[in-house]
Amino acid sequence: MAENFTKGMARNIYYGGSVFFFLLLMGLTFDTMLELPKRDHRENITEAVAEGKALWENNNCIGCHSLMGEGAYFAPELGNVYVRYGAGSEENFEAFMQSWMAMQPLNVPDRRKMPQFNLSEEDVHNISQFLIWTSRIDNNNWPPNKQG
Amino acid sequence: MKFESQSVAKPYFIFALILFAVQIVFGLLMGTQYIFGDFLTEWIPFNVARMVHTNALILWLLFGFMGASYYMVPEESDTELYSPLLAKVLFWVFAVASLATAASYLLVPYAKLAELTFNELLPTMGREFLEQPTITKIGIVIVCLGFIFNLGMTILKGRKTVINLVLITGLIGLAVFFLFSFYNPDNLALDKYFWWFVVHLWVEGVWELILGAILAFTLIKVTGVDREIIEKWLYVIIAMALISGLIGMGHHYFWIGPGEYWLWLGSIFSALEPIPFFMMVLFAFKMVKQRRVEHGNQIALTWALGTAVMSFLGAGVWGFLHTLAPVNYFTHGTQITAAHGHLAFFGAYAMIVLTIISYAMPIMRGRPQGNPPAAQRLERFSFWAMCISMLGITIALTIAGAWSIALQRLPDDANALSFMATQDAIVSMFWVRLVFGVTFLVGLVAYFASFFVGYAEEKVSKPVTA
Repeated sequence: MAENFTKGMARNIYYGGSVFFFLLLMGLTFDTMLELPKRDHRENITEAVAEGKALWENNNCIGCHSLMGEGAYFAPELGNVYVRYGAGSEENFEAFMQSWMAMQPLNVPDRRKMPQFNLSEEDVHNISQFLIWTSRIDNNNWPPNKQG
Repeated sequence: MKFESQSVAKPYFIFALILFAVQIVFGLLMGTQYIFGDFLTEWIPFNVARMVHTNALILWLLFGFMGASYYMVPEESDTELYSPLLAKVLFWVFAVASLATAASYLLVPYAKLAELTFNELLPTMGREFLEQPTITKIGIVIVCLGFIFNLGMTILKGRKTVINLVLITGLIGLAVFFLFSFYNPDNLALDKYFWWFVVHLWVEGVWELILGAILAFTLIKVTGVDREIIEKWLYVIIAMALISGLIGMGHHYFWIGPGEYWLWLGSIFSALEPIPFFMMVLFAFKMVKQRRVEHGNQIALTWALGTAVMSFLGAGVWGFLHTLAPVNYFTHGTQITAAHGHLAFFGAYAMIVLTIISYAMPIMRGRPQGNPPAAQRLERFSFWAMCISMLGITIALTIAGAWSIALQRLPDDANALSFMATQDAIVSMFWVRLVFGVTFLVGLVAYFASFFVGYAEEKVSKPVTA
């Protein structure tokens, strides 16, 4: 590095730059908080959706699946699972979920196994509601197709 | 060793390496489950193995950072550690809590663990990397506060060097941003937004300060280059890290709810994130070229240079590869993310901890000029074995990711393969990854062995000099 570029100058860039961009991040976060309600449709978070999220967390679903592309990549993306298996209606999706969850683990040798979580019918209803709500978050049209 | 109290670092380093071994063993198990889906899943389901793998990583890096800090801060401050006793007590608290948490993952179904630890009172569990029971998270906060207090008091009574200040800033940031792990709203979009305040602001933010400080300290010691020059570089590198990385957080906000301007901000700023890593490469090699001493611990220098190069590849190159929004639209949530994650974590954070261990452990074991030649030779083999293996893992996962995009993401709804069918189609790459995983283990075993060779030789060639 050039001799006339002193340590004091480097220090000032560090302090000035990090403070400026941290404040900018805070400003952008504030703006995002104002915009987010229009995109996440939080008015539709019912008790079932909230309970569904708790069930999603308490069973560590993210340990195998991804949700909006985040999580593990061992099992299918579920942020758009309603689009994939809902066949256009919430009733169809729920019926699919009830039978699918009851079927696990599938008895196919060498296939990745989803454990049997012994969830009640109501639990599966709540998880379904959570996944339906999630699929409707405006996330700039990700994923590219319904396979996730 | 300049000060007696620096030796409290030793148990931290040893325990970090034990957790490193745990991480690798569970990584191999997962690599096998990627090929044989039901391998041992009755006892250790994939999600449990993954929790142990990622949580062991986070914990061993924290132990490594703590050990590094306890070693560096007294020497930099030119005074004994404020309270060696507190450091020892916190070590045992943290080690026991870590082992108990890992054991609970393996022994109790996760939902049961959530119930037993009263997760419903303050739900924080079940989110990626933050799976620890709330009580463990509270423990981590307490340990971090005690740790930072101890270091802060040491710095206050001693010399305030740039390395000390950068290190403590990074550690305080680590503790502060971890507090966001206690915020878990019902709204998934909000939850995800602030989840990144822990994850991104750690690994692409304050951890880079810790990395820079440890690298700068090691380079001062093994090259003998003037502190003024090294500190100037350190300032510029961490300045660029934060200038690019803070708004660079936007690259995580593309597809999880936040508005469209993040597509631009995230792409532009995160495209700058390789710059500090590239500067780190220039810095490390330049300091070695300008070195004023020939330090006997050659392998520590190799680790330092390796950290700069591998972190540039993993965080810089592999990060840039998929950070632009139009590319990320297709790569998001594929094995390309996993490829980047592996090389970046290994190259930047695992290797900087191995660097400081390589430098400090021999000194704490009474060898100021490094381990005997036989031990250094073995450690050098392990360095290359682990680096090459991790590159192999990264390349295999990158191909797997690109391949899956071609089969599953690029075609339209009617022609795209399902996720499970795609995974079957690309299984050959998971075999390649597993093979490199095994060679990584070979490197790790050699690394552990290097701590135990060369004793006899040393005793013969260097009689006691009273």
